[in-house]
Amino acid sequence: MKTKFIVEKIFFGLMIISVILVFAFLGSILITIIRNGWPAMSWDMITQLPGGGFYIGKEGGVLNAIVGSIYIVGASTILGLLISIPIVFFINIYLKNDSKLASITRLSFDVLYGIPSIVYGAFGFTIMIFLGLRTSLLGGIIVITLLIIPIFVRSMDEVARQLPKHLLEASYSLGATRYETIKVAIRQIAPGIATATLLSIGRAIGDAAGVMFTAGFTDSIPTSLDQPAATLPLAIFFQLSSPLPEVRERAYAAALLLTLIVLVLSIVGRMITHRFSKNKIK
Amino acid sequence: MEKGKSVFGHIFKGFNRSSQHDEDISLAEECNRAEDAVIKIENLNIYIRNNHILKNVNLTLHDKKITCIIGPSGCGKTTLLRSINRMIDTTEHLRVEGRVLVSGEDIYDHKAEITHIRKKIGLLSQRPTPLPMSIYDNITYGCRIHGVRSRKVLDATVEKYLKGVNLWEEVKDRLHSPASALSIGQQQRLCLARGLAVEPQFILADESTSALDPISSKHIEDLFAKLRERYGIIMVTHTLRQALRIADYVVFMYMGEVIEQGTAEELFKNPQHELTKQYLSGVFS
Amino acid sequence: MLILTGLSLFLLVAIGIGLFFKSRLILSEHSLWDLLSGSAWKPLSGEFGFLPFIVGTLFVTALSIAIALPISLLSAIFLTEYASSWVKRVVFPIFDILAGIPSVVYGVWGTLIIVPWIADKLGPRFVDYTSGYTVLASGIVLGIMILPILVSLLIEIFTIVPQDYREASASLGATKWQTCSKVILRKAMPGIVAAVVLSISKAFGETIAVLMVCGNYAAIPRSLFDPCYPLPALIANNYGEMLSLPLYESALMFAAFILFFIILVFNIISRWILRNIERSYKM
Repeated sequence: MKTKFIVEKIFFGLMIISVILVFAFLGSILITIIRNGWPAMSWDMITQLPGGGFYIGKEGGVLNAIVGSIYIVGASTILGLLISIPIVFFINIYLKNDSKLASITRLSFDVLYGIPSIVYGAFGFTIMIFLGLRTSLLGGIIVITLLIIPIFVRSMDEVARQLPKHLLEASYSLGATRYETIKVAIRQIAPGIATATLLSIGRAIGDAAGVMFTAGFTDSIPTSLDQPAATLPLAIFFQLSSPLPEVRERAYAAALLLTLIVLVLSIVGRMITHRFSKNKIK
Repeated sequence: MEKGKSVFGHIFKGFNRSSQHDEDISLAEECNRAEDAVIKIENLNIYIRNNHILKNVNLTLHDKKITCIIGPSGCGKTTLLRSINRMIDTTEHLRVEGRVLVSGEDIYDHKAEITHIRKKIGLLSQRPTPLPMSIYDNITYGCRIHGVRSRKVLDATVEKYLKGVNLWEEVKDRLHSPASALSIGQQQRLCLARGLAVEPQFILADESTSALDPISSKHIEDLFAKLRERYGIIMVTHTLRQALRIADYVVFMYMGEVIEQGTAEELFKNPQHELTKQYLSGVFS
Repeated sequence: MLILTGLSLFLLVAIGIGLFFKSRLILSEHSLWDLLSGSAWKPLSGEFGFLPFIVGTLFVTALSIAIALPISLLSAIFLTEYASSWVKRVVFPIFDILAGIPSVVYGVWGTLIIVPWIADKLGPRFVDYTSGYTVLASGIVLGIMILPILVSLLIEIFTIVPQDYREASASLGATKWQTCSKVILRKAMPGIVAAVVLSISKAFGETIAVLMVCGNYAAIPRSLFDPCYPLPALIANNYGEMLSLPLYESALMFAAFILFFIILVFNIISRWILRNIERSYKM
């Protein structure tokens, strides 16, 4: 047999092994989380606040963290959308293709995208000290918003750049203003916005390092913006460092909960995106 | 370009080295081709997703002749062409019945070795597809994958085949610049040279001049006329005038069937079938 | 819109300046070189050597890429070039979905599976004792964490390579692997580099997952079975105490500045490399 066929066989084997490895690893993660999290999972976990002595294994749940996460993720997603959609339109419709400003903006968003969330956290923390803020819901929202804006801008920009230019021209030639043209463009990139939102929510809900400094942690549900807020990833992290097995088991359950939320979000989002992209002009 | 060799190139180099033993496939040896080379297609039926694309095709394609396959769009010309070097294999839900014999060897036999078949039958596609590498590497790509390593042999190959397609004078000073920098007509000649460099017996051309400007198109056509001395050329063409100019044999297809075949003279001057007559007189196209 | 764009550009500058401003205090106490090359970390007695943390960060990041890149390249090639279309339809979305699993979950998995495995099974074969909380554990957890992202990016990149190249190569008699290794990888190189840059950034700055498995021990790791202490973990672990000691706070902000600076330089360099690749392949 010729060498090239032996090489072909070797690499085919390696590829099969790689694919199996990938699925084995990811499967192992899901199985581990489900197996460890399921026994401690209960209705109380989702509906109760941590009771007295929760962290030494007594009654309670992680409702504080669930609500805190929802507050932070919800608010920062809306803020992020409001800030990043104008930016994407600005660099794609107002600026010319070869604009220097556009390319500098893209470069800086690439860099911002790569900056670790812990750096955002540290930066947010210094700003908060500067402004005299304590760790609070507001601080968490600001940092997470900063963290997800680059995700929004980058993924929407990717879609917006592929906008068929003739579509914009057609809109202009019908006498539409730039503002009206934007509406046409929005319909085209709607699926892009949906995907970007999903990505951002996924990243925002899973991020722990950014909120560690800024949102703090608390056992109650925040009622105003200047109160600290708990988040799911931090709840998992703190409980996991406990020496008591009962508490650690709750961490596993919370991890299972977080995984489920993310998976459900992305599957539902996928279906919505699918629907959106139907009336899109290719 | 050498320095631009990919990171992965380095990783995989080790594996390629081991194939050095078949380096002795030299050009001279390649030239000892069977003189009576011929492609015989017997009862070929091709189905894709239960659509009957080719219906009972029987054909003989000759060496050192130009055979033009003509017919209206969607008649199966391209499928027929792609079945001759098994390029249709990538199509999903494909079913092939019948035989395609190349020098007596059935290429659809399960023991047939597909890379060997394709080496014997070159393909020039509709649009030029220079590989993402230098002009030099494009020409030598075929030789290198078949194990030729000697720098001297490769250099000679590049010069010989670039001269063969009249491209040598235009590019000899920039052999190591990217092939995609060439004009589209030059790219197509480069692709032809690249195909010839693995020393095929036959060349399949799938409307290879349709994407080119008239001058480049004429250039390729002239090359085909010249190459006929050494290779069997099977080309699909949309332009009847092109077929009139260079074809030795003509095959007329309609709805997946071969309606009529014969020498160019017979078929153009005296078509037997009503459909052929109509097609030639431009009733449909 | 211009204002918003301007503000977001300003953000990048502001982060850099803000962090630098905060780390001035420690820079006035110690020279930059001392901070970067010192390996003693005794904040209470005023010794701040960042070398162990920098080495730990780079070691862990490099290891995670070394694990993830070959596996994801081979998987992506298999899934785009070899697998049949129904496999693609089923598998492609799975990777996108898995890419969204939060890093803290990977950390939990690491402490439950990888750390005990290293401590009980793998470690004893090579060294006398290891706690399992090691460079290796961090590298594996990070590597697995970036796998789904890398695979789904690479799949996208390979899918974009036009079919014509595969046919051109195959028609010359190339085997499938020859086509993949010599043509497709080459054509996809700028995309691959960009994808790797993205995953390096991600692995580099990951905090929680690493914090959970790295061992948090401030010394330069000598082997895969030593604990380590990457920069993000350092910042996250000590944020509570830093308010009481101004110099300590400044040191942690300096750590954040180092992270920021490395990411900035890394992005600029990779962009330059990318442009060179694109030029030499003329994409």
